[in-house]
Order: sequence, then C-alpha cells, then structure tokens
Amino acid sequence: MFKAFLIKYGEIGIKGKNRYIFEDALIKQIKYALKDCAAFEVTKQQGRIYVHMLEDYDYDQVVSALTRVFGIVAICPVVICDDPEWDNLTKVVGDYIEGAYPDRKFTFKVDSRRADKRYPKKSMEINAGIGEYLLDRFPEMSVNVHQPDVMLNIEIREKTYIYSKSIKGPGGMPVGTNGKAMLLLSGGIDSPVAGYMIAKRGVTIEATYFHAPPYTSERAKQKVVDLAKIVARYSGPVKLHIVNFTDIQLAIYEKCPHDELTIIMRRYMMRIAERIAKENGALGLITGESIGQVASQTLQSLAATNAVCTMPVFRPVIGFDKNDIVEISEKIGAFETSIQPYEDCCTIFVAKHPVTKPSIRVIERSEHHLADIIDQMVEEAVQSREIVICESDI
Amino acid sequence: MEINLGHSAVTKEIYLDNAATTKVLPSVCEYMVKVMSDDFGNPSSLHMKGFTAEQYIKEAKKSIASVLKVDAKEIVFTSGGTESNNMAIIGGAMANQRRGRHLITTSIEHASVYNPFIWLEEQGFEVTYLPVDDQGTVSLEALKKALRDDTILVSVMAVNNEIGTIQPLDKIGQMIKEKNPDILFHVDAIQGFGKIEIYPSKLHVDLLSVSGHKLHGPKGVGFLYIRDKVKVRPLILGGGQQKDMRSGTENVPGIAGLGEAVRQIFKDFSVKQKNLYGLREKFVDGLSQLEGVKVNGFAHRTEGEETYHGAAPHVISVSFDNIRAEVLLHALEERGIYVSSGSACSSNHPAISGTLKAIGVEKKYLDATIRFSLCYDTTEEDILTCLEVLKALLPMLRRFTRGGRR
Repeated sequence: MFKAFLIKYGEIGIKGKNRYIFEDALIKQIKYALKDCAAFEVTKQQGRIYVHMLEDYDYDQVVSALTRVFGIVAICPVVICDDPEWDNLTKVVGDYIEGAYPDRKFTFKVDSRRADKRYPKKSMEINAGIGEYLLDRFPEMSVNVHQPDVMLNIEIREKTYIYSKSIKGPGGMPVGTNGKAMLLLSGGIDSPVAGYMIAKRGVTIEATYFHAPPYTSERAKQKVVDLAKIVARYSGPVKLHIVNFTDIQLAIYEKCPHDELTIIMRRYMMRIAERIAKENGALGLITGESIGQVASQTLQSLAATNAVCTMPVFRPVIGFDKNDIVEISEKIGAFETSIQPYEDCCTIFVAKHPVTKPSIRVIERSEHHLADIIDQMVEEAVQSREIVICESDI
Repeated sequence: MEINLGHSAVTKEIYLDNAATTKVLPSVCEYMVKVMSDDFGNPSSLHMKGFTAEQYIKEAKKSIASVLKVDAKEIVFTSGGTESNNMAIIGGAMANQRRGRHLITTSIEHASVYNPFIWLEEQGFEVTYLPVDDQGTVSLEALKKALRDDTILVSVMAVNNEIGTIQPLDKIGQMIKEKNPDILFHVDAIQGFGKIEIYPSKLHVDLLSVSGHKLHGPKGVGFLYIRDKVKVRPLILGGGQQKDMRSGTENVPGIAGLGEAVRQIFKDFSVKQKNLYGLREKFVDGLSQLEGVKVNGFAHRTEGEETYHGAAPHVISVSFDNIRAEVLLHALEERGIYVSSGSACSSNHPAISGTLKAIGVEKKYLDATIRFSLCYDTTEEDILTCLEVLKALLPMLRRFTRGGRR
C-alpha cells in the first residue's frame, strides 16, 4: 500500500545556513541504512525528505532500518495517488482509510496542502470535500478539528501524497555531522551503549579494543567485533583498532604495585587510544565509565585515568545506574552479546583489593618503574594494531 | 624483558584435541563427495537412485557389524553420539518399564547420558549413580549392591572422555547378567570405539552408542547397536525408516562416510593401538620431567594388563600447579597446539568437570587441568614438540597469575 516514506527531522531543521549539511548527512545515512532493502530513491523537496520505494519491499524491514537512523524524528508511511482527479483522489483516500484502519471509530481532521496551485480546488475545499466523502463512506467516523485521533494529511504536488500514521524515529542528529570520536570498546555492557549514545549526537565512531592473548581468547575478540557491528547498525561502519596489550600488561605486572595494576593499565589504554584517535582525526575519547561502578571508576580513579589525556573524554553513561545502562543495551540489541562469558583484559590480573582512591602522584611514581621500556612498548602496540572495519550486521 | 607469550609464527599445527573431534580422513571425504554429488538418491525411493543409496547404508552396516562381530540388522544409524545415548537410555527405559523402574549409571558419565537419566528421574524412575575410585574406575562392589530385582537398565561408559579411564566392562556385564539376564546393559562407547576392543556379545552388552566424528568420520552421524530382541522405544517418529526405529531420511553421505571411517580405523588396529600406547607413554614420561605437573587417572599402562582396565591410549588429563587452564590453552594455541581444558563438551559452561570432581581432584586443580587427546596420526615429533613448548611455557605463565606476584 505504501509507496514512500516521509521522513520528519526535528533538531536539524533549525540549523540555519548549515541546514543542507545536516540534510545531506541524513540522506547519506538513510541510504546506508536501506542499502540491503529493495531499490529506493531519496529525494529532498521543499524542506522534506522522501524515501520512494521503487519496487516491492518488506515494509517491516524498511521501517526498522529507518528507525535506526539518527536525526529522524518520525517516519510517515505514504500512499501515492498518481491521478489527482477528484473522484479518483477521494476513492484512493477512502481505500487507504479502509485498509489502514480496520476499526474506524475515531475522530479525524483533513489537512491538505496544495503545492501545485494549478489544482482546481483550494485547500479548504479539499479538506471539506474529503471529509464529506469519508463521512459518507464510513459513518462510524466523526470529525474533530481541535483534537483529532487521526490527522489525515494530503499533499498535492506532481503526485499526491496521503499519510496519517507516524512512527517514532530515534531522534538525535545524523552521524557525520559532528566530527569523530574514539570509543574504548571492551566486551562489556557499558561501552557499546556509550558509543551508541555519542553516535546519536551525530558523531562518527571509531573504536579501540585491547586484546591480551593468551589471557583473552579469540572468542573474546570476536565478541568485540560483534559488538562493534551492533553499534554500526546505528552509527554506520565502525573502524575498530585491535591493540595487542599483553606485553604492556605483563610489564606493569612485573614492575608496579599490584593493587595499582588496573589503574595504571587503564592509563596506558587511554594514552594508546588517544594516540590512535589523533592519528585518525578523532576529536575526543568515549568510555562506558559510570561513577563508582568498579574500583577503577571512583572519582579518584577517573581523575587518575583522565589525567593522561588532553582530549576531552566523553562518558555518556557516567550518571547512569547499571539497570539504566542495561535497558539501553537491550534496546539497541547489544545485551545478549555483551553478556557472553569471555574474560576481558581488565579482569585477568585484577588484584583482590585494588586501590579505590589512587593519588595521581603515587601512580605517577609507580609508572616511573616502566620508564625505560614503556615508550617502546606503546609504540609497538600502536604500530602492530589490527584494523577491522565493522559494518552493520543486519 | 624476555616476555614472549605470543606473536610467534606458527609453522605446523599439532592437533591434540581428538577426544573433542577428529579430522575427517581424506578417503572418507572423497567417498562422501561421491555420494552427495552422484549417488544422492533417497534410499526409500523405488528407482535405481534410491536403490544405489540404500546399498551405501547396507555396506556401512556390514562394515560396522563385522568389526563389532554382530549382525548388520542390529545397527541403527542416528545423528550422533548424543542421540544414540538418548535413544538407548530413554528408549530402553520406556520400553521396559513394566519390568521395573530402577536404573543404574555412574557418576562420571557424559552429559548426553547424565541428562537423559535426570529426565527419567523426573518421569518417576529411580536412578542409582555409582561412585568411582580416584582413578575413575567404577566400583564393582557398589554395582553389586545397587542391582535390584526391579533394575531394568545399567549404563556405563567404555572410556571416560575427560581422563581416559577404561571401565571394567567385562566384569560389569557378567555381574549384571548373573543378577538378571533381562537387565539391559548400555555402553557409551563414543570415546572407546576404535581405541579399545569392544565386542558386545562377549561383554554382554545390549546397547552400544558410537559417534562418527570421534573416529575420523563426519559430524552429525553415529549409530546405536541394539542387540536382537532387545526392546527400545524409538524417540523420533515419522516415515518409519530403519524399520521404524529411527524415522527420517537416512543421512546417506554421513552413514557412508562413517562406514568408510570404520573400515580405515580398524585396518591393522592392534598395531595402531600399540603405537598409540607407546606415544602416550612417551608423553607421560616427558610430563613427569616437568615441575608441578600431575596426570589424572591412570598414568601408565603396564604390559599384559587386562583389556578393560587402566588408561585408554588417546586421552591424557593433566593438572598444572598455579596455571589457569584457559590461559595455557590459548598460549599453546598461539604455538599451533590445540588442546581442551577439562572436557571440551563442558568447556563453554562455567560448570566445572564432573569427572575431575568425582575422582577427588583438588579444588585448585579443577580450573587448572588440560586434556590432551591423541589420534593414530599423532607423531612422536608432535609429542616431543608439545613437551618442549610446555617446558618453555610453564615457568613463564607461572610468573603472572591472578592476585599478584608470588
């Protein structure tokens, strides 16, 4: 029944002269999201974006793909009437109502617009005429011009567009409009959620994962690739940098106090992620940290890890309870993957009683023990990294 | 620092996880390809294509029957070891429950035996689980006590999948039949078939489960030997294939492949078996040179030992002091050596090995045990390389353990 979708976008509508940048980014993301659906065409006309389906397609598949595109506020499935001759138009509208609403005990209002001013009826006449036709054909319907249950939109352009339903989009801003940031992606629940949230603000996501063979397995790595692919469903392709962290971790283990191991380790992760971020033109780091969740996420620990970077570090779930994070994780479809039981490199050597209130000065002193080897090791870790482009898996 | 736990170029793979699954023999592959691409008929079809397909099944049955010294009609093909065990235990218990509702098994069975028993308990059957000694041998004393007038089925594995202990099948069979010849004796021979001699009639075995992929055949196929006249209720209902015992179009390529694997494996069987025991001995000797290493179950096999006693030739379970099995596993993997931690079938679950617990392995070793499992293609060089790698790895891994420096 629906041959097109009207895409409504909110926030980006207000962007003044830059508006075209945002619209073009949105169109690009829509095209990416729909690339495996049927043939389609995206058009921008008079401040509206339409997706025209050019062949038979799977309605649910297309709608669910569009609901993953940041920047879309609502998606309206549209019926197209090729011949706006009055009798034909009323019939098409009537058939649409009959097909789309099995239960027609509702109030409605017709709101028509005439972009093509040559059309013989004025908007008010169209509204009244369609309303009359519908009341005749479906006596159970009634008119309410103030608070209608159904707002029936009719737009007369080269073709006539009829729509009344609206599916909520994810909101946010189109990815690609707000620069790039580097996500520190572990195999857990929080970091994919953090990546999703920043991507939602229009930021392109790259990710860094720290791999520690033989302490972490090939399956743990695959799990992170899978998570990056889930984030990519929303953000578009994610460039994933896989850094072998084993040697650095073992060096810290040998040279530094054991209760500071996790903190020092995380400081090196931040340093490495920042280096790769800079090399790739990213402007910030993203982590899934949440205050107090574990020893390395107390305010003191956060301060200690934050101190090693100059880039801003975005922590979108910083004030979230675990339950709230889990809720988003489930919503974006990452949870099942996140809870697969493979060890990540943060837990393999964890101390029984790690420091919870590290002093930066003490930590820095401990890191001195690594002074003669660590630069070389970091360099090697950065150089030998593996890069995987993770495309959406659906 | 001379730390190097990875990044080494792997030149040759050494596969020591043959108790998990084995490499399919080239002749088996070729044979299956022929069946799939040329002789793809449905054995139930009346035309020539169906007839040809049926011949493959007959041939496989004949090969299996001949190595077991049983009649070809006593073989039913299944989807593998798990289905064979389920069919024997559930089907056997269900078909004979009028004679009694008491069942016996051991405390070290594989999940595909253990879980059907748990299910039968839920259906109102009573199950006795026999204990094993610290080498994993089931207690005959306990069996004697457990056998009752209403016992209808006893299930004991031939070779334990985690530690390789061979069960005294001969004595068990005899004891069961002395008590009551009607009690069914089921043997899970999934790890034993093709590694030790098994003749059902000699051992008084009524039901015997075998899986194809443990003996260089394909996955997804196995068989259940059902002694003539023994009643088993089929579990899979449908078109009545295999004389109503196991419906579903026969997996002809799988069955043909299994037949070919059996023919290959049992060629010069005793020579191969002897060689494999030799390799095992070398490996265990080498292990004993390493520090903080302990073999679970029977370490050695002595000349002239009884057939149904001691260690199988292919499984060696080893516990390591202060090493996490998973880490050692991945470290070996980096050197191209593939092994399992505990038992591969349960490796993915947090549940720790049932067998290791049952034989009283100390708690600290439960998470520190590796299973090496050999096959007839394993070479002495493979074993020596593996020992060398272990020798280098163990001290390195022991330097870094959870909870801080020692």
